Amino acid sequence: MKLSLARQRKRKITYSYLALIPFLVFFLFPLYWMLITSFKPDTEISSLKGIPLIINSAPTLAHYKYILFETRYVKWFWNTLQISVVVTVITMVISILGAYAISRLRFFGSRYFGVGIFCTYLVPPALLFIPFYKVVGILGLLNSKWCLLFLYPTLTVPFCTWILIGYFTAIPKALDEAAFVDGATYIQMLTRVFLPVAAPGLIAATLFAFTVSWAQFLYPLAFLYRDEEKVLTNGIYTTLIRGDVYFWGELMSGALLASVPVVILFAFLMDYYIAGLTRGSIK
Amino acid sequence: MAKVTLSNVCKNFGKVEAVAGFDLEVEDKEFLVLLGPSGCGKSTTLRMIAGLEELTDGSIYIGDKLVNDLPPRDRRIAMVFQDYALYPHMTVYQNMAFGLKLRKHPKAEIDQRVKEAAEILGIQNLLERKPRELSGGQRQRVAVGRSIVRKPAVFLFDEPLSNLDAKLRGQMRVELSKLHDQLNTTIIYVTHDQVEAMTMGTKIVIMKDGFIQQVGPPMEIYEYPVNKFVGGFIGSPGMNFLPARIVAENSKTYVETKSFRLLIPENKVSYIQNHGNLEVILGIRPEHIQDSAFADASSITDTFKAMVEVVETLGAEVQLDVASGEYNLTARVDPRTRAQRNQEIELAVNMEKIHIFDTEPPNQRVVTEKR
Amino acid sequence: MVTIASTVNRRPSAGIFSKMRSRRYAAYWMVLPLVVLVVGLVVYPFVYSVWLSFENKAETKFVGLQNYLRLLKYDTFWLVTGNSFRFTLIAVFFKASLGLILALILNNLPIGGQRIWRGVSLIPWVMPLALSSMGWWWIFEPTHSAINWIIVQLGGTAKPWLADPYWARAACIVTNIWYGTPFFMIMYLAGLKSIPESLYEAAQIDGATALQRFIYVTFPMLSKLIGITVMFSTIVTFANFDIVRILTRGGPRYTTHLFGTYAFNVGIETGNLPLGSAVALFMFPVLGVAAFFILRNIARGEE
Repeated sequence: MKLSLARQRKRKITYSYLALIPFLVFFLFPLYWMLITSFKPDTEISSLKGIPLIINSAPTLAHYKYILFETRYVKWFWNTLQISVVVTVITMVISILGAYAISRLRFFGSRYFGVGIFCTYLVPPALLFIPFYKVVGILGLLNSKWCLLFLYPTLTVPFCTWILIGYFTAIPKALDEAAFVDGATYIQMLTRVFLPVAAPGLIAATLFAFTVSWAQFLYPLAFLYRDEEKVLTNGIYTTLIRGDVYFWGELMSGALLASVPVVILFAFLMDYYIAGLTRGSIK
Repeated sequence: MAKVTLSNVCKNFGKVEAVAGFDLEVEDKEFLVLLGPSGCGKSTTLRMIAGLEELTDGSIYIGDKLVNDLPPRDRRIAMVFQDYALYPHMTVYQNMAFGLKLRKHPKAEIDQRVKEAAEILGIQNLLERKPRELSGGQRQRVAVGRSIVRKPAVFLFDEPLSNLDAKLRGQMRVELSKLHDQLNTTIIYVTHDQVEAMTMGTKIVIMKDGFIQQVGPPMEIYEYPVNKFVGGFIGSPGMNFLPARIVAENSKTYVETKSFRLLIPENKVSYIQNHGNLEVILGIRPEHIQDSAFADASSITDTFKAMVEVVETLGAEVQLDVASGEYNLTARVDPRTRAQRNQEIELAVNMEKIHIFDTEPPNQRVVTEKR
Repeated sequence: MVTIASTVNRRPSAGIFSKMRSRRYAAYWMVLPLVVLVVGLVVYPFVYSVWLSFENKAETKFVGLQNYLRLLKYDTFWLVTGNSFRFTLIAVFFKASLGLILALILNNLPIGGQRIWRGVSLIPWVMPLALSSMGWWWIFEPTHSAINWIIVQLGGTAKPWLADPYWARAACIVTNIWYGTPFFMIMYLAGLKSIPESLYEAAQIDGATALQRFIYVTFPMLSKLIGITVMFSTIVTFANFDIVRILTRGGPRYTTHLFGTYAFNVGIETGNLPLGSAVALFMFPVLGVAAFFILRNIARGEE
C-alpha cells in the first residue's frame, strides 16, 4: 500500500510474467521433447544413458529422411492437402450461402436454423462413424480418400456457418438498403457487399475448415486402409509401428512435419482465428 | 465537505503531456466545473483527483491530507461515470449498498442511507430492479445515488449527462443544481458542454491542451474571456470573430474591418491605444448584434450593413446568418425583425460589449475596462 | 412542380410482391445445400445408427433393445461409462480453471506481450490432436518417459504410465487438459476484455480489493461465458477419440476407454457394428442434456 501506483503496477506485471512461466513450460515442453527426439539418432533414443532433455550426440536428419523417402509420407501429405483444400472450398460455399440466407433473408423457419446447426454438434464423429461405415461401404468408397469429402463437411460446415452468421449479422442493414437502392440483386449484394466487409470472418472460417480437415483422425482411421489413400494422421500412426517396434524418431519427426502447415497458417492468421472464435462470446 | 488543492499537477502519457503544471484551489462546498474540448486534460485531472490515474508530478490535497499515494477508496471521494458503471448483475439497492457493504457498515445503517438517497433522487420504487431494466435517466440517478450513499468529502462527476438526450439533459441539469444545494458539499464536474458549465457551476475552469485558460464564476468568464479560445468556447451560438485594425480619425477611434467600421466608445479608447498593435481580432457575440430597427436605445451602439443569407426562426428570437464582405456573422435579433433572405439589413452592435483580441496566439483579450 | 398526388396514387403492389417472392426464392435455394448436408449427413446417419443398434450382429434381423440390454450386463461397459464421466468431469474442471487463471494472468500483461504469449499459449490447441497425442505417447512411454526421468531426478519414483489403470487415466486426462486449456483461455480472455474498465474503477472507488473485484465484478460478468464454454467442452470432451486411441487404445484392460473408442473397438475392430452403434448412442443423452443447458443459457441471455 505504501508503494506508488506506478510501482504497484510494475510489480503486478512482473508477478504476472512469473506466473506465466509454468504454463508456458507445460504447453511447450511436449513440442520441445518431440523436436529433440526427432533429431536424436536411434541409438540415443533407445539408450537410457545421459540426460534425455538435450541432444547428447550429434543431431541427425536420418528420421526425416526416412519418413520422406522410405514411406509414403509425401503421398499422405498430398492426400491430406487435397482433401483439406477441397473440403474447405465445399464448406465455404455451403456456409456462405447458408449464413447469408439465415442472417439476411427472413424466411419460414430461419430462426430455428441457428438451433438446428448447433444440434449437429450433438452427433459427434465418435457417434457418426458407425453409420458412415455402412454407408461408405455401400457406396464402395471404403478405402478411398474421396469418401472424406462427404464426411468432413459435417464437422466444418456447422461451425463455419455459425461464425459467418455472426459476421453477417453484424453488417448494418443500412448497407443492404443502400445496395438495394443502387439496384443490386441478392447475389450481387452477397459478393460485392457482404463478402468484402466480412472478409475477416471468411478468413477465420476458412482457417477453421482447413485445420479441422487436416487434423481429422477418426474418420481416416476407420475408413482408409490402403497406404496410398491414407492421410497424414492415420498414415503416421499405422505405418510407423511394426509389430512391437515403435519407430519413435520417425514418429516424432512425422508428427512435427505434419503439424507444421497448420501451425504456420495459424501464426500468420492468428488474429483472425481468435477473432472468429471469440466473437460469439462477447454477445 | 472539503476543499481540494492541486499543486503543480502534471500528467504525461509517455511523451504526450496531457496535463501541464496545474495549480487549482477548489473551495469547500463549491460546484467546480472543468470545462474544455476533447483532449484538453479535464478527465485526466479528475481521474488524478480520484486516484485512478497516477500523477507524473505535483501533489493533490483533499482537505488537508496529501492523497498522492492513497488508493481511491481511502480518499473519501465518490465518482459518477459517463457510462454510469452500474454493476449489471446487482439490483439498484445492491449497487447503492455495495461500497458500504465492503466497508462493513451495519446492515441497518446501510438500509437507512440507501433509502434516504433513493428518496432524494426519486428512485425508491426502482430499488429491486436490475440496471438493464432501467432507462438512461434512471440509471444515471442510481449512479448518483451510489455516490450520495457514501457521504464523501468530494463528489466527482465525469461527463455524466453526455449519454442522455437533450431534453433529459435539461431536466438533469436542474436536478443536479438542486442536489448541490441539498447536499451542501464539494462537487468537481467535468464536461465539454458549456451550457452545463454555465448553468450549474459556481466556478468554471476552462482547459485547453492541458493548460488552464481561465478560472472564474460563469458570468465573469462570459463577460470577460481571457482569450479568443475562451471567448469562442463559451456562449452559443459562438462569438463572431473578424480580423480588424484600429484606426484613428478626427479624434475618434474606430475598429475597422474590411467591410465596415465601428466607433469605439470613449471609455475604452485609452485601453485600446495602450495595447499598441493596431492589428487586432474583433469579437462580437451574436446576442450583441441587433436589428437596428429594434435596437436597445439605452446602450451605446454603432451600425453596419450586411446581406442576410439565412433566417432561422427560433420562436423567441430569430437567428440571422449575414454576410459582410467576405465574412459571415451570426446575429440573434428581436423576433419582430423584418429581415428576409437576400436582403440588406442594418445591424446595430452594442459597443460596450465588444471584445478586442490580440492577433498573436494565444490571442489574449485586450482589457478594456476597469475591474 | 411535383404533385403529391402523383406519388400517392402509384400502385405499390408490383414492386414489393416480386421483391418478396424473389427474396424467399433466393433464400430457399441458398440454404438448400446446408439443409441437404444436415439432413442427409447428420440426421439420416443418426437415425440409421439407431436402426442399426436394433439389429443383430450379422445385421440380418431386428432384435429390438437386445444390444442395449447386453451392454448393460457387461462389466466392461460400466467401466467405460464410469471412465467417460470421470474423464470428462475432471478434465473439464481443470481446463476451465486453468484457462481462467491463465486468462487473468495474460490480461495483466501489457498489450504487446499479451498478444505474443496468447498466441504461444494457443499452440497446443492448434496442433492436430492426433499428432500431439503421439508426442504425449512418447512422453509417457514406459522405459524412456521424459516425465519419469524428471520425477526421478527430483527424488520421486517412476510412474507406470499407460500400464496401470490409475496412471493411464491420469495420462489421458493430462493430455486432454494440455490440449483444451488454451480454448478456455482464449474465450475467457475475450470475455475479460468485454468488461468495461469503468466497472472496475467504480469498484475501486467503492473500496473493493483486487480479490473482491474478482468476486463481485469479474466472476459474475463472466458467469454466462463460463457456463457456455464448460457445456461445449463437456460435449467435445465426452466424445473424445484421438487421445485415448493413441495413448492407450483403451487399455490396460479396457480401463481407459471412452464411449468413442469403445464403440470403435466393438464396432469396427470386432466387426459388430450394431453393438458398436448401441455403445455410441449411449453418449447421446449426456450430450443432449449439455446442449439443452447451453441453449437455455443462450435463450436467457437474449432477453
